[in-house]
Amino acid sequence: MAILLAGAMAVLLVSRSDRNFSWLGAGSVVIAAVLGCIPAIRVLLGGATEQLHFPWPVPFGEFFIELDPLSAWFLLPTLLLSALSAIYGVGYLRSWQEKRSLGPVWFFYGLLVLGMVLVLLARNAVLFLVAWELMALASFFLVTFEHERESVREAGWIYFVATHLGTAFLLAFFLLLARETGSMDFNVWAEKGIHTQGLAGILFLLAVVGFGTKAGFMPLHVWLPEAHPAAPSHVSALMSGVMIKTGIYGLLRAFTFLGMPAYAEATVGRPPLWWGWGLIGIGLTSGVLGVLFALAQHDLKRLLAYHSVENIGIIALGLGVGLLGMSTGSSMLIVLGFGGALLHVVNHALFKGLLFLGAGAVLHGTGTLEIDHLGGLLKRMPWTAATFLIGAVAISGLPPLNGFVSEFLIFLGAFKGGTSTTGAIAASLLVLIAGLALIGGLAVACFTKAFGIIFLGEPRSEHVSHAHEVDWTMRLPMLALAVGCVLIGLLAPVAVGSLQAVLANFTHLQPALVSENLATAASPLTFVVIGSGAFLLLLSALIVLRRGLLAGRRVEQSTTWGCGYAQPTPRMQYTASSFAQPLMDLFRPLLGTKKTVEPPRGFFPAEAALKTVTLDISREEMYRPMFRRVNEWLSQVRWLQHGKVQLYVLYIAVTLIVLLVWTFR
Amino acid sequence: MNALACIPLLLALVLSPLLFGVINRTKAFLAGRRGQPLLQIYFDLWKLLRKGAVYSRTTTWLFRAGPMVGLAAALIAATLVPLGNFPALIAFPADFLLFAGLLGLMRFFTVVAALDTGSSFEGMGASREVFFSALTEPALFVVLATLARQTGQLSLSTMFEPVSGADWLRAGPVLALVVIALMIVLLAENARIPVDDPNTHLELTMIHEVMVLDHGGPDFAFILYSAALKLWLFAALVAGIVLPATDNAWLNLLLALGGMFGLAVVIGVIESVMARLRLLVVPQLLVGAGAVATVALILTLR
Repeated sequence: MAILLAGAMAVLLVSRSDRNFSWLGAGSVVIAAVLGCIPAIRVLLGGATEQLHFPWPVPFGEFFIELDPLSAWFLLPTLLLSALSAIYGVGYLRSWQEKRSLGPVWFFYGLLVLGMVLVLLARNAVLFLVAWELMALASFFLVTFEHERESVREAGWIYFVATHLGTAFLLAFFLLLARETGSMDFNVWAEKGIHTQGLAGILFLLAVVGFGTKAGFMPLHVWLPEAHPAAPSHVSALMSGVMIKTGIYGLLRAFTFLGMPAYAEATVGRPPLWWGWGLIGIGLTSGVLGVLFALAQHDLKRLLAYHSVENIGIIALGLGVGLLGMSTGSSMLIVLGFGGALLHVVNHALFKGLLFLGAGAVLHGTGTLEIDHLGGLLKRMPWTAATFLIGAVAISGLPPLNGFVSEFLIFLGAFKGGTSTTGAIAASLLVLIAGLALIGGLAVACFTKAFGIIFLGEPRSEHVSHAHEVDWTMRLPMLALAVGCVLIGLLAPVAVGSLQAVLANFTHLQPALVSENLATAASPLTFVVIGSGAFLLLLSALIVLRRGLLAGRRVEQSTTWGCGYAQPTPRMQYTASSFAQPLMDLFRPLLGTKKTVEPPRGFFPAEAALKTVTLDISREEMYRPMFRRVNEWLSQVRWLQHGKVQLYVLYIAVTLIVLLVWTFR
Repeated sequence: MNALACIPLLLALVLSPLLFGVINRTKAFLAGRRGQPLLQIYFDLWKLLRKGAVYSRTTTWLFRAGPMVGLAAALIAATLVPLGNFPALIAFPADFLLFAGLLGLMRFFTVVAALDTGSSFEGMGASREVFFSALTEPALFVVLATLARQTGQLSLSTMFEPVSGADWLRAGPVLALVVIALMIVLLAENARIPVDDPNTHLELTMIHEVMVLDHGGPDFAFILYSAALKLWLFAALVAGIVLPATDNAWLNLLLALGGMFGLAVVIGVIESVMARLRLLVVPQLLVGAGAVATVALILTLR
């Protein structure tokens, strides 16, 4: 199965010398995805785990891949979104065709997909790191697709540094594990586990930092709002929808190394409470700050990127609930927490992929992503607008769509845990409830702003006047993702039921216990679905009723009511900045928004200006000073580097001699 | 499920506009006016349903869809809320999540429909709506969490059953704080003074009314009716906590109804004796509601 996948990727490698091969590149990804989905679905339905070994002449390395339910759960959305984004990319990149060769884009796109798949399947630490780097490098080259732009180069650079700093932590994580167990094999690690509390704690922190950098936990998220807007939109969709989820996957996989199997039933070796609390803390920080920063953005793709930070926060909340369940031995918390997190991974892949593709369509149609320059696009781009609306409602966690379902699981876990436990555990779950509610409220604000200002009202600039709907290669993937959002929403109990295999495999709980706890979530969700169905029925009834009422009556067209003012101009409309301003003012201490105002003066004011910039607070306050310090410190050793080749050769020679002496000592 | 489970829903459908009538009559009485008939909202609804409509050229299908989505969401939400001892038509664990989600959906579509007009007034109202609702959401959820802890139940139908006098003696402070917080949430969510002023349409201080400025005819009837339903549902929740229970279910139902109209009188009195708060102060009130609810929650944690 997996060979087929890798084989299809190889087609891509061959095709890079061709000139017009968008279809070839996209086609091979689609074929590979379809082939790869089959075993993944089989494993999720309870099929046997599949393994594949190859000898590999790398020290400590072995080409060992395995498809277990946890991998399969992440593999499915990865393949699905890769295929859909590839189809979309064919149309999206068409306008670039004249200007440059698209070879490298498709080459690296294929490599990125290959890297992600390998990361999910690898069971050997060396292979995992190679795949991890492959994924990072391929996405780096995709981010810098428009490398002639200064901002894109800078974004690529930030991404490059961030991802490698994360990898450094992972390296330490893997090395510590290897030293402890004497193996590089994931399955050996999972079997042996770590039984020293202190070491397990250190490993947990390393994993959170290392994988959290990829996932985008606040304050490790700095690369997201830079890299996502810079990349071509179908790549942003892939990166934001699934690539950052490899961080979540890594974290879950890391939990299995830390001795998780014993935790579920036995009372010894349970993870300490601070793990769960730590993740809940990270989740709340990422969630609330992510959505606030998203609200403050003026660029649609930056907004979406910050929103990914928020959704990663929600996933972290689910993981935190699950870990608390492990610490307290509550199978209910374990199942609902991890289940909610896993389901949100898939849901976020669907709606964030959809929204990024929608953003790409807006860029394609109008040439700008500046929210305040857009407006009234619904009339010109009806398909994009309708699918974007579905994505916006879904990401706000509203029924009857899929975002509601996964948040329902996490909320349900927190409410049940919060009412049945006491003391600090109950308190942390109740804080989570309040935080998640705030996140939900702010997400509505954020997406009514994004959708309302971009697609509704009157055009705010020239950009919109020549806007046009995108072609079918770009429309179809968006439609497919929108249908996915609706289906998971309306088939919620089925979606929750499908978590059975992955949860039983990952948590090592008794399958009966898992299904029993999933049922406690599935039965209320059945009612939710009944409610949603009734809602849709009522809605159609109302549509018929309204049509009946208005039939034969006078229905007129006029201008928008402006208190009698008959000459409104588009410039009078509320903008995205003004829409978000009250919330921004309230949360200014957290956001550090800089405002430059040039108020109108005199009786006949000619010019006035207002500019707000919200820079990333952790980048400005934390990383910039830190890197400046490092830079100053390192410049002291700059005399080592002076461009004389002879001296460099000397360095090499001296190093070799020292190493030789050390070896033979 | 039996036929009696339909009672809360039917009463909500029939009686909810009457709450507005009671509020208006109370305000008129305190101002020394005679006031409009009690059933005025029913006349208004009937009149609006028979009218044609005028749409702005700026608007799209979304503007027309907004009121219908809102009404459908409010109607489904009405099937989730109990009254007196009668459970709601649909009751299941954590049904309040669906309740909050439906209200959120209603708000989402009201807001985007307002933005669809391209009017700066309506943009302003939309902006304030999402601002305030983002702050009431945590307060509402903390209230729900407190009640869930207090009662050990996870369904609106069991959480909001009438409490007995013994409950008030045992957990009086918690219930009192919850009622205060829920009351503020009610006023904010239903666009009443001191958060919003439902009296006029065009002052710049408006939130809810200004968002629906461009709607007319049957669309506006839908909006008016869903607003009435929403007020009814929140009032039913407040009444569920405040009123003492007796052994007779029908008596409890009468008590609950009486309590809700009493609540309408209270709202009318509030609106008569105080002015709307300045917009800058409203967030403090809403965060305050969250804080009050949090105190109640901490009391249950002991």
